[in-house]
Amino acid sequence: MAEPRPSIRTARARISGLGPAHHGTREWWMHRVTAVANVPLVLAFVVIVAMMAGRPYPEAAALVSHPLVAILLILGVLSVTNHMRMGLQIVIEDYVHDKGLRIAAVIANNFYCVVVAVACLYAIVRVSLRAFV
Amino acid sequence: MAQFNLPKGSQYTEGKTWPKPAGAKNVQEFRIYRWNEDDGANPRIDTYYVDRDDCGPMVLDALLWIKNKIDPTLTFRRSCREGICGSCAMNIMGQNTLACTLGIDDCKSAQVKIYPLPHMPVLKDLVPDLTSFFAQHAAIEPWLQTETPSPEKEWRQTPEDRARLDGLYECILCACCTTSCPSYWWNGDRFLGPAALLQAYRWLIDSRDENTGERLDSLHDPFRLYRCHTIMNCANTCPKGLNPAKAIAEIKKMMVAREV
Repeated sequence: MAEPRPSIRTARARISGLGPAHHGTREWWMHRVTAVANVPLVLAFVVIVAMMAGRPYPEAAALVSHPLVAILLILGVLSVTNHMRMGLQIVIEDYVHDKGLRIAAVIANNFYCVVVAVACLYAIVRVSLRAFV
Repeated sequence: MAQFNLPKGSQYTEGKTWPKPAGAKNVQEFRIYRWNEDDGANPRIDTYYVDRDDCGPMVLDALLWIKNKIDPTLTFRRSCREGICGSCAMNIMGQNTLACTLGIDDCKSAQVKIYPLPHMPVLKDLVPDLTSFFAQHAAIEPWLQTETPSPEKEWRQTPEDRARLDGLYECILCACCTTSCPSYWWNGDRFLGPAALLQAYRWLIDSRDENTGERLDSLHDPFRLYRCHTIMNCANTCPKGLNPAKAIAEIKKMMVAREV
């Protein structure tokens, strides 16, 4: 196969590319907001897990049934999985340069984070509302 | 994926060891990257010995001494020899800096190792191709832009507003910061890099400029601006002691300020 012809576009044309996307600030800001939210929510998560340690299942389930505990856990899952989704997308954009692979990785990352979030939320709701379901 | 190993043609080999200067008592060893497209070979590291008693104190003095007295084919850029033109930026002892403002003694090594600025195409020896770098500088439109008709004399500015440009206007575009930035290494075609963004901020906060919004618009992009992850190599390496990472953080704050 012949060598690909080197581009003779000007440097300015190459740098301008497709122009600015006019977005990115909202994502950057939400990444910071979720980071701030993660601090108390992860602390709460650690305390809750420590309180459960070594206890039999009914006692642990009773703890999760407490509205404050369940709400803290739900907020933690929402904040952490959102933060994870945005952070992993940045890693993919940094390091994956093949166009097809990049799009596939971004889609896979979104699916993965949503599945993790929904699985966690389902577990919390199921355990905390087990008296009703 | 990002490439962590040098491509085959870029892997360097042991080069020539040039003879020590005859009769020299105070000799310093230099290990210098050599590459010439015309000879078709891989890059090599040549070893030179410089007579310190016959040579000025700076690394650039040693390079000139080598070029004048040992090997006239050694190729590098230089001009002002006082840290204001930015021509002699290169990687010395693992850090991007200006050869003219770094003392040989400050290298504190028996072997002073000199390479071209990292991750740019090499034209020859220590001369990198900075075409993209300067195109990125041009892309941020580094000149005063106004709608109001020009005043008869000059655009006026208070001393306080002028002071806000301190730490920004001193940039000499040597490319030490941009070529030290991993985000620029992996996405240099889309990320503008610390030098261009520092200049962008210099015009964003110029009290006389009337195109702040348009300037922010053209930076509002996940790659052009937001590839900066505050790694801080730029501030760490700047031979003029400037802080591009802080300038970029200020741009991000301006972006949030007009949305939140």
